[in-house]
Amino acid sequence: MSQPATPSGTTSGPPLVEVRNVSKYFGSVVSLKDISMSVHAGEVMCLLGDNGAGKSTLIKIFAGVHPPSEGTMLVEGREVKFGSPRDALDAGIATVYQDLAMIPLMSVSRNFFLGSEPTKGFGPFRRFDMARADRTTRDELAKMGIHIRDTSQPVGTLSGGERQSVAIARAVHFGAKVLILDEPTAALGVKEAGVVLRYIAQARGRGLGVIFITHNVHHAYPVGDRFTLLNRGRSYGTFRKDEVSREEVVSMMAGGEELEQLGHELAEMAHQDREAGKEMADTGRQFAEEARAVRDEGDRG
Amino acid sequence: MGAVTAEMLPMAQVNAAAPAPGPARDERVLRTSPLRSVLTRPEIGAAFGTVAIWIYFAIVAGDSGFLRLGGTATYLEVGAELGILAVAVALLMIGGEFDLSIGSIIGASGMIMALLAVEYGWTLWLAALAALGFALVVGFINGAIVVRTGLPSFIVTLATLFIIRGAIIGTTRLITGRTNLGDVDETVGYDIARRIFATRFEISTDFFGMRSEVDTGSFPISILWWLGLAALATWVLLRTRFGNWIFGAGGSPQAARNVGVPVNRVKIILFMTTAFAAWLVAMIQVITFSGADVLRGQGQEFYAIIAVVIGGTLLTGGYGSAIGAVFGALIFGMVRQGIVFAGVDADWFQVFLGAMLLIAVLINRFVRGRATESRR
Ligand SMILES: Nc1ncnc2c1ncn2[C@@H]1O[C@H](COP(=O)(O)OP(=O)(O)OP(=O)(O)O)[C@@H](O)[C@H]1O
Ligand SMILES: [Mg+2]
Repeated sequence: MSQPATPSGTTSGPPLVEVRNVSKYFGSVVSLKDISMSVHAGEVMCLLGDNGAGKSTLIKIFAGVHPPSEGTMLVEGREVKFGSPRDALDAGIATVYQDLAMIPLMSVSRNFFLGSEPTKGFGPFRRFDMARADRTTRDELAKMGIHIRDTSQPVGTLSGGERQSVAIARAVHFGAKVLILDEPTAALGVKEAGVVLRYIAQARGRGLGVIFITHNVHHAYPVGDRFTLLNRGRSYGTFRKDEVSREEVVSMMAGGEELEQLGHELAEMAHQDREAGKEMADTGRQFAEEARAVRDEGDRG
Repeated sequence: MGAVTAEMLPMAQVNAAAPAPGPARDERVLRTSPLRSVLTRPEIGAAFGTVAIWIYFAIVAGDSGFLRLGGTATYLEVGAELGILAVAVALLMIGGEFDLSIGSIIGASGMIMALLAVEYGWTLWLAALAALGFALVVGFINGAIVVRTGLPSFIVTLATLFIIRGAIIGTTRLITGRTNLGDVDETVGYDIARRIFATRFEISTDFFGMRSEVDTGSFPISILWWLGLAALATWVLLRTRFGNWIFGAGGSPQAARNVGVPVNRVKIILFMTTAFAAWLVAMIQVITFSGADVLRGQGQEFYAIIAVVIGGTLLTGGYGSAIGAVFGALIFGMVRQGIVFAGVDADWFQVFLGAMLLIAVLINRFVRGRATESRR
C-alpha cells in the first residue's frame, strides 16, 4: 500500500496537473519537502493531513500563488512556471482558498467576477457587463441552492456558509480543467456540504480533475478516487481507493497514529453517526448512490 | 446544527434582519428597496452635508453675496482645483494607498513648464508635455517603490514630497536666482493653452426680473475639468473591469491577486493618475496666473485627503466613491469662501475644516455600518 497508485480516472494520458519533487521554504520554515502528486482528468484527488501539514501550501503552488522553491510543475505533461494566479487561471485551474479570498466590502457579483469580469462594448467604451454578472452570479448560486437576496449586497453581510458557497460557485464557474477546493465544506451545514460533494462528483463526471482537501472522512471517502497523505510537510504516499478502507483513511487523516487511539476515535465517530448523524448518514447514502451513478455515466461516456 | 436551527425558526427569518444559515430563503429575494441602495452609497453623508452647509451659509451669509452668481463662482473655483486632485486621490485611496507627493508635483511640474517655456524658449505645448512626462514618471516611481518594497505609501510619498519640493526649489534658484517665474503669457502657444486651461465663462442673469440688479459670475473652465474628471472616474470605478480591480486591490490585495487581478499594475496606474491630476492643477494655475511658484500646491495633499474622507471613502481602502470626493471638495470650497462672506476672519477656516473632518468621519462610519454590517 505504500506504492504510489496508478490513476483510476476515466482518461489516460498525462495528468492534467502534476508536481514532481517540489519543496517550499518560507525563510527557515520547511513547509513542503519533496512532494510529488498528480491529478488526472475525471479524478478526485483527496489531500489529507493534520493541521499545518502543508496542504494549503501545496495547492497554492498549483494555483500559482507560490512558486515552488524546488521541483517542477507540469500541466498536461508540459513543464510550466506560474508567475501569478492569473497564469493558473488561464491554464484552467480554479481554486477555492481556505480563507476564501473574498473581499468583504465588495458586492457578491463583483466578488464573483473579480479578475474575470465580463465586458461589453469596444475599445475605450468596453465596460463591465454588470447585468450579465448579476444574472450569472444569481444563476450559479441558485444551482447550489443558495438564493441571495441581492447580488449587490456586500459579501461581508453574508453568512459564513453563504460566503463559502459563493467562493465554490465561482471556482466551479471558472474552473475549466482543474478544480482545487481547500476545505470547502468546513463552514457548511449538512445539506450544503452534500451539495458541494455532488458538485465535486459532477465535475469529475464532466472530466475535470479535482483536488479536494478536507478533514472530514464522511466527505473525503465517498468522493475520493485517490488519497494523498501529507505529514509535517512530507508525503506518506498516494493510495487508490480500492487499496484502502475507510478506517485506514481515518488513520491516515489522524497522521498515522497508534491503533489504540484510532480505535477510540472510530468508536466515537460511530457513536456520533448513531446519535446525531442520522441526517448525515442519509445524505451520505444518497450521495454515495449519486456518486456511483455519475461514475457509471462517466465510465459509459 | 445550523440547518436545523433555520428550519425551526422560519417566521423569525422573514424580516430578514437576522438571516441564519439555512437552505430556504426564496422569500427574502424580493426584499431590496431602491431607496435603501441609494441610502447606503458611500457619498450619501457628504451629499446631505453639502446641502446642509449650503443652507447654513445661505442663511448666515445669503445677503452678503454667498447666494449670488459671483459668490457661487468663487467657491466653485476653489472646489474645482481641489476637486480635480480629490477625484484622483479618491481612486487611489479606494485602491488602498495614499499620495502625499501631489502637492510638490503641482509646484514642480508648473515650474518645469514655466522654466522650459520662459527661460529656454520652448513652445508652451512642448513644455507642458515635458512637465506631464515628469509628473507621470514621479507617479510611476511612487507606485513602483510601494508595490516592490511593500512599504506604506504614506511614508514613501512623504519622502518624495520632500525630495521633489527640495529639488525644484534648488534647481529653480540655480537657474533663475529666484523661486518664482512670471511672463508665461509671453511664450509661444499661450493663447491656446489659456483657452483650454483658463477660459472663464461670464454668466449673467437677473433671475427672471426678481432682482433689481443684474447678477454676474465668472466661472472658470476648471469647473468643467473637475466635473468631467469626476464623471470619468465614476464611470471607470463603477462600470469597468479596472474599476472592479481598484476595489479589489484596496479591499484585500492578496485576495485580489489570488483571483488574477494585476494588483501591482493597478496601484502604479493609480499613482500615475494622482500625478496626472497634480499636473493638470499646475497647468490651470500657471496659465491662470501667468506664472509659476515652486511653493504652489503646498498642503493640497492633505486637503485632498480630507475632501476624499469627507466624501465617504474609507482610509483603509476598498470602499468609497469619486462622487463623494466631488462633494468633499465642494464642501471645502463652500466653507472656505462661506466664512469670508459671513464676515468671519479667514484664520478660522482651519478650525472649521478640522471639525468638519471629524463630523464627516463619524457620519460616514454610521452610514457604512448600515450598509455593511453583518445582518445576523
Ligand atoms: N506564507 C507563509 N510564511 C511562513 N510560513 C508559512 C506560510 N504559509 C504556510 N506556512 C507554514 O507552512 C506550514 C504548512 O501550512 P499550511 O497552511 O500549508 O497547512 P495546512 O496543511 O493547510 O493546515 P490546515 O489543515 O490547518 O489548513 C505551517 O507550518 C505554516 O506555518
Ligand atoms: Mg490549510
